[in-house]
Amino acid sequence: MDSKNSESPVPTTAKIIIAGGFGAGKTTLVGAITEIRPLRTEETLSDRSVGVDDVSGVDNKTTTTVAMDFGRITFRSDLALYLFGMPGQERFWFMWEELSFGALGAVVLADTRRLASCFASVDYFEHYGIPFLVAVNCFDGAPRYDPADVRIALDLDPSVPVLMCDARRRDSVKTALIGLVRHALTRSGVQESELAGGPALG
Amino acid sequence: MPALGRNFGLIDVVVAAGGPPPSPELRLAPEHRQVLARCQRPMTVVDLASEVDLPIGVVRVLLSDLTEYGIVEVLTAPRGRVISRRLLNAVLDGLEEL
Repeated sequence: MDSKNSESPVPTTAKIIIAGGFGAGKTTLVGAITEIRPLRTEETLSDRSVGVDDVSGVDNKTTTTVAMDFGRITFRSDLALYLFGMPGQERFWFMWEELSFGALGAVVLADTRRLASCFASVDYFEHYGIPFLVAVNCFDGAPRYDPADVRIALDLDPSVPVLMCDARRRDSVKTALIGLVRHALTRSGVQESELAGGPALG
Repeated sequence: MPALGRNFGLIDVVVAAGGPPPSPELRLAPEHRQVLARCQRPMTVVDLASEVDLPIGVVRVLLSDLTEYGIVEVLTAPRGRVISRRLLNAVLDGLEEL
């Protein structure tokens, strides 16, 4: 019998969605914090043709596959967090459901030059009750907005965190992810106390 | 319901079952063998797809065959709308230690 490596610990896996419009910096953000360079896999489409969500793919016209970028952070041998870039355009809606199912939450990366490009994903996460925060990517040369202005422009619920983020910087991305998980924990506490029919104990 | 092979989540973990080697009668395709070889240690579906460089949809169909033959097992990741606080806290601790 071969020496089967069945003693490897089975990891618990979790995922966070990085959403945002075309060219908002999703892949940059994933690459800034994950232990592997962003990997790319493809989702095959059976009956339609769509473009690839990548600036370099603009020339590709149409294709029957769509690229999906992801990265991984292994915290311990038994816990791994995956970050998935979610194409922001509404025509990718068929991928959103799968990407967001079971996700801890989502970071919506907003490009202040094109704020409207995150409306669709904000609507989606609100509608399905997926915890999210908005990270305003501070591009060089992009207009600087106050987070409060972004909140108004995106018509966000007051409970949704908005923060500034430099998607190229690991510490900045780390802060955004920690903010998201804390937000998800807060919401999960609220949901639990609602289920229990009263305020949480303690 | 989704089409064949759609029941594998992206971050579900797959691993080769520890049984006897697959019988030659199964007539595994080279792609099946490629997937099986990578599953000798636990691996997520999305990492697997990336490593064998095949579209997710194809990998799902291959995994669907391999689990049906009983030579690969699937360990489902936590799913659904309600994520456990334990998992959230574990991820938070991990991020803070980065």
